Amino acid sequence: MFSRAINRDLAHLEGKGGFSLDRLMIILCYVALITVVILPVFMILYYAFWDGTKIDIAMFKQVIFQKSNIRSMWNTLVIGVFSTALATAVGVFFAWLLGRSDIPMKGLMKFLFSIPFMIPPFLAAMSWDMMFSGRGGYVNKALMSLFNLTKAPFNINSVAGIIVIEVVYYFPFVYMQVVSALERMDPTLEESARIAGASQLYVIRRITLPLTIPAISSGMLLVLITSLSNYGIPAMLGYSQSIFTLPTMIVELMNRAGGSFEGIRQSAALSIVLVFIVSIALLVQRRLLTHGRYDIIKGKSMRPMLIKLRGAKYPLLAFSLLFLSLIVVAPIVMIILVSFVKAYGLPFLAKNLTLANFRRIFVGNIMVRDSVKNSLFLAFSAASFCLLLGTMLAYVIYKVKPKGGTALEMMAVLPYSLPGTVMAIGCILAWSGAFFGITLYNTIWIILVAYIARYLSYVLKSSSAALQQVHGSLEEAARSCGASHMQTLKDVTLPLIKPAMISGFFLVFLPCMRELTTSILLYGPKSRTLGVAIYQLRINGQIAPAAALSVVTITLIIICNNIVKAITRDKKRG
Amino acid sequence: MEKVELEGICVSYGEHMVLRDLSLKIEPGQIIGIVGPSGCGKTTIARAICGFIKPQQGTIKIDGKTMFSHKDRVDIPPEQRHIGVVFQDYAIWPHLSVYDNIAYPLKKRGLPKEEISPRVHYALEQVNMVAYEKYMPSQLSGGQQQRVAIARALTSSSDFLIMDEPITNLDAKLREQMLVEIRILQQRLGTTIIYITHDQEAAMQLCDKIVILAPDGSIAQIGSDEEIIRNPANRFVFQFIGVSNFIPVVIDDGKAFFDLEKKIPYKSHIPGKMTGTKAMLGIRPMDIVFDEDSPVRATVAQAIFLGNMYNYFVRLPGMEIRVQQIAISENAKSYSEGQEVGLAFLEERYFEREDA
Repeated sequence: MFSRAINRDLAHLEGKGGFSLDRLMIILCYVALITVVILPVFMILYYAFWDGTKIDIAMFKQVIFQKSNIRSMWNTLVIGVFSTALATAVGVFFAWLLGRSDIPMKGLMKFLFSIPFMIPPFLAAMSWDMMFSGRGGYVNKALMSLFNLTKAPFNINSVAGIIVIEVVYYFPFVYMQVVSALERMDPTLEESARIAGASQLYVIRRITLPLTIPAISSGMLLVLITSLSNYGIPAMLGYSQSIFTLPTMIVELMNRAGGSFEGIRQSAALSIVLVFIVSIALLVQRRLLTHGRYDIIKGKSMRPMLIKLRGAKYPLLAFSLLFLSLIVVAPIVMIILVSFVKAYGLPFLAKNLTLANFRRIFVGNIMVRDSVKNSLFLAFSAASFCLLLGTMLAYVIYKVKPKGGTALEMMAVLPYSLPGTVMAIGCILAWSGAFFGITLYNTIWIILVAYIARYLSYVLKSSSAALQQVHGSLEEAARSCGASHMQTLKDVTLPLIKPAMISGFFLVFLPCMRELTTSILLYGPKSRTLGVAIYQLRINGQIAPAAALSVVTITLIIICNNIVKAITRDKKRG
Repeated sequence: MEKVELEGICVSYGEHMVLRDLSLKIEPGQIIGIVGPSGCGKTTIARAICGFIKPQQGTIKIDGKTMFSHKDRVDIPPEQRHIGVVFQDYAIWPHLSVYDNIAYPLKKRGLPKEEISPRVHYALEQVNMVAYEKYMPSQLSGGQQQRVAIARALTSSSDFLIMDEPITNLDAKLREQMLVEIRILQQRLGTTIIYITHDQEAAMQLCDKIVILAPDGSIAQIGSDEEIIRNPANRFVFQFIGVSNFIPVVIDDGKAFFDLEKKIPYKSHIPGKMTGTKAMLGIRPMDIVFDEDSPVRATVAQAIFLGNMYNYFVRLPGMEIRVQQIAISENAKSYSEGQEVGLAFLEERYFEREDA
């Protein structure tokens, strides 16, 4: 029917030694990952152990044993361990309550659990600070006048305060892991124990709990890792009292250094300490994820036996709702209230309310306007780049399957396990003229590069999951139908993974909108982000405008979040 | 209608050699079945012809044109080989309608819109799917999806199709029907078809010629269904194409014995087809009959009534063999378990014995 017109050039193009599309993509992936990931990581090591002429360990030792640094390491560990332990207890309790008991209003509670994920941690911390700050937190003041106290009853600007806020913010991690394990657990395991005569408590202690231990421990380590590398909460709550953790100390050293070689080397050295601590936790996590899985937890969903709470039902419900509204709703209400108050500290009375804060941040303040623009630009471009690079990487790793595929994957997910602070230091070191004289420092581009490195793995994960669903024969069918490799990608592969790509885009877009950890180290005079702007307003005592900008940020995030939901829901229906 | 020639094809995945020095000539307008146990490289042949994998050695020609040649460094990309391919998992694109799936090859060849539509309809007619052009693949049953896949392959090339286990995923009744339809279609259009399957019965029903691949990827036999059934080239083919019994035999003093726990004489002369003194006797269960006068005595271990036939497992000293008897003939007689019987062997074949 058709003549077999053969294009010699094309034949050779696909042949041995030719420059095929696959090969081009492999090379692009390597170049991109080495630039974005490997150079910064290499530069940290280089600066920590190289004094310009020779390997130098003395400086590293000196940094480690410096008193203030030991203090910050200690704080990091204390906060990490305690917040993990408490968050685990709270998370497991709620997981059991929602997954295994007959408590009413589960839908409402599940919704409340998802809210903390939408508010950036530093904003939550700021809001808690407004309530419980030792110096004039609203709740503290109210309690003082109510009970005639001379001293503030709570002081959130302390290690204990940081721990409490991290628990409040991180326990949903544990909750999510455990509740899904409970939902997938075979209910007959518990039922048969009851039938054999075991009491309710005995079943929980000896059957349910041991079976969910893998889920509990993986949630626990997730909290530990996040807590160890968190910047926002300790920075917001601890800075005024000079309570430093490793991430905040690194930033502090960097700021104090003012660009001096020695200062940069010190923060690089401290970064290595932080990476070391985090990687121990990561190694433990990896071991737990590969070993110690119980097969009785199955992939499919089963209807579990619900435990009747009887008399405890309503007290527990009241307690849960109170707890959840306190930790989820109160901070949001607080921020909204403060955003409308004339000056921070004034009581919330009609005469003290104003829209001036919003006007002030948008009309009078170039910095804020810039930050909205910058964050939108950064989030959009980082998400687009990650989408492009991440999908290409997923394609190369899972479809082309080159020899170095695992290396590519490891490079791509490396920044995900590095604390954002460390990644930022690496970017500064790499892009201040170290390579080819390229200087991105103080420009918006260095933030973009850091965002791409940090969030690339999000797209990689969502795109590769979708690509693995696309059977190879679908592409081969297109080739046989006369489509070139490129046309096959365009007509078949990409349309099939489009929903995953869209959600991948927003998976990057949303965290970029609220990012603080890396931007606080990388921003320049004209490249402040929303996070940085809020943080600086707050640090400079402009608390009410900071709250107003936070309200704007949260609104933006919620809008974007709903767009994602609308898009993904449409896809499912279509 | 196209001629397909493979010559000296070698494919290996790493250390593992899948195809070694495979040569095959397919005449135009034939359906050729490539049959073999799983893992023998059937699909590899198809993928090499399509251009999805690159053989390490050899030449592939379609219609006299070289598609691949290791020596001349030719490797035409799959999209320029113009082969219609039907995949085992249908490979219907789920995001395109039936019409768009079938029109795709035509669009890629740059046909104008007004020419595409009649061709798509023609292809839909060939597979009895005209009413479904606006459907999405998810709205179709497995059989319907497979018809769409065939229609798409036909618009891609009505001259040469490769079908890789096209009906394996369908239920038994539908399989039968699809086989008939593929045959009718092929006769009407004169398409050359390579039909890949592990199901030798389907291949015999459908194909003009069958290529049987041995587990090591070499060709065990090429021939029509009759040739293969009447003259299996070796023990593997005999075993592969039907139920079979194998009994070791030995020649002693001009007589033939079963070489079991004890020697059982079964023929008073040396069988004509046999060479050497030791061999493996191969026989189909239908070719063994009960004969009270036979010197070979055995016990019925199990008797199963299958409706139209009896299936017996019969115990010889040191071995159990299978015997089948028609149950609906006049002199059909049933034997019960534990009964002693005599066995006579018709149509036996002799193959090499491993320990010979």
